[in-house]
Amino acid sequence: MRMLTRQKEKKREKEKGRRERERERMEWIRESVASVRSIQFRQLLTQAVSLGLIVTSALIIWKGLMCFTGSESPVVVVLSGSMEPGFKRGDILFLHMSKDPIRAGEIVVFNVDGREIPIVHRVIKVHEREDTGKVDVLTKGDNNYGDDIVLYADGQRWLHRHHIMGRAVGFLPYVGWVTIIMTEKPIIKYILIGALGLLVITSKD
Amino acid sequence: MHSFGYRVNTLLTFAITLLGFMCGIASFSDNFNNPTPFAQVQVSNINWFQKQPSGNDEVSLKLNISADLQSLFTWNTKQIFVFVAAEYETPKNGFNQISLWDRIIPSKENAKFSIHISNKYRFIDQGSNLRGREFNLTMHWHVMPKTGKTNAGKLVMSGYQLPKEYR
Repeated sequence: MRMLTRQKEKKREKEKGRRERERERMEWIRESVASVRSIQFRQLLTQAVSLGLIVTSALIIWKGLMCFTGSESPVVVVLSGSMEPGFKRGDILFLHMSKDPIRAGEIVVFNVDGREIPIVHRVIKVHEREDTGKVDVLTKGDNNYGDDIVLYADGQRWLHRHHIMGRAVGFLPYVGWVTIIMTEKPIIKYILIGALGLLVITSKD
Repeated sequence: MHSFGYRVNTLLTFAITLLGFMCGIASFSDNFNNPTPFAQVQVSNINWFQKQPSGNDEVSLKLNISADLQSLFTWNTKQIFVFVAAEYETPKNGFNQISLWDRIIPSKENAKFSIHISNKYRFIDQGSNLRGREFNLTMHWHVMPKTGKTNAGKLVMSGYQLPKEYR
């Protein structure tokens, strides 16, 4: 009988200890879950902020360049071979739009009414009015046989100041291929954007 | 902190920064070149000189062009675009500039030449102001770099007066 009670007591003790430990463990899990939750929330917030920072700083740089160069698109990618061998497809041009008069020999980027994509060609003729300062410009691609009248809108014989977005002042080879590939194969663009976004969100720094 | 991705990112950023920096230096080194180009352009003959049905004057010229632009080439030069322009004033326009001939010079060996050629682009005025008109012939060049800034220059030749009558 005595042995039995002792055994029982021991058993009860064991049971008690186990329950205690279990409760502790539960407590710990609950706490850690709560802490993880709060950390994740904060991390998510910081990551959202850092993502926003990247996007806005890119925007600031672009807009700053616009102010600095005076051109509505300070950097253009060469899309055709009409200026070869000077500029190949995929090269990047830095534009500058100053008040200086346009002169023959300069490489200008211009928009033609009814055409979405701007063209990068060289000026070969300039006629400038003395009184009004109005200017008539004719362009030609270095690699093209004839001048650009065929590229202009119907009946248009000259380019004017408002067609011209800027003149090319600097040159960087090959870099533009990134944008050419992304515009021609949109899937790559989405994959790249997705991967970058994922990287930003998952990075711990 | 020192994961694979982190290292790749650092390496790539460093490589691109370095490459950009070297492009900048290459472009800057062009400033140390003091070129001494030589050029001579003369009108040797007037092929014909007419008034178009539209009322604009047009003239066709024969040009003697000789130039030595070898000193313009540096290690950062991809090519030189050279052209000869007629520049003149009319009562209508304060400034007219018409490219008469151009050429792409791909290498230093081709930078010394002498040719006798008719104007490549049509010399048409806006209006009928070319009779007896005096114009300047100017040789311009644009040095197109392998990377960086484009440099330009010119040499102004003596003027030439067009005849007083069509022919």
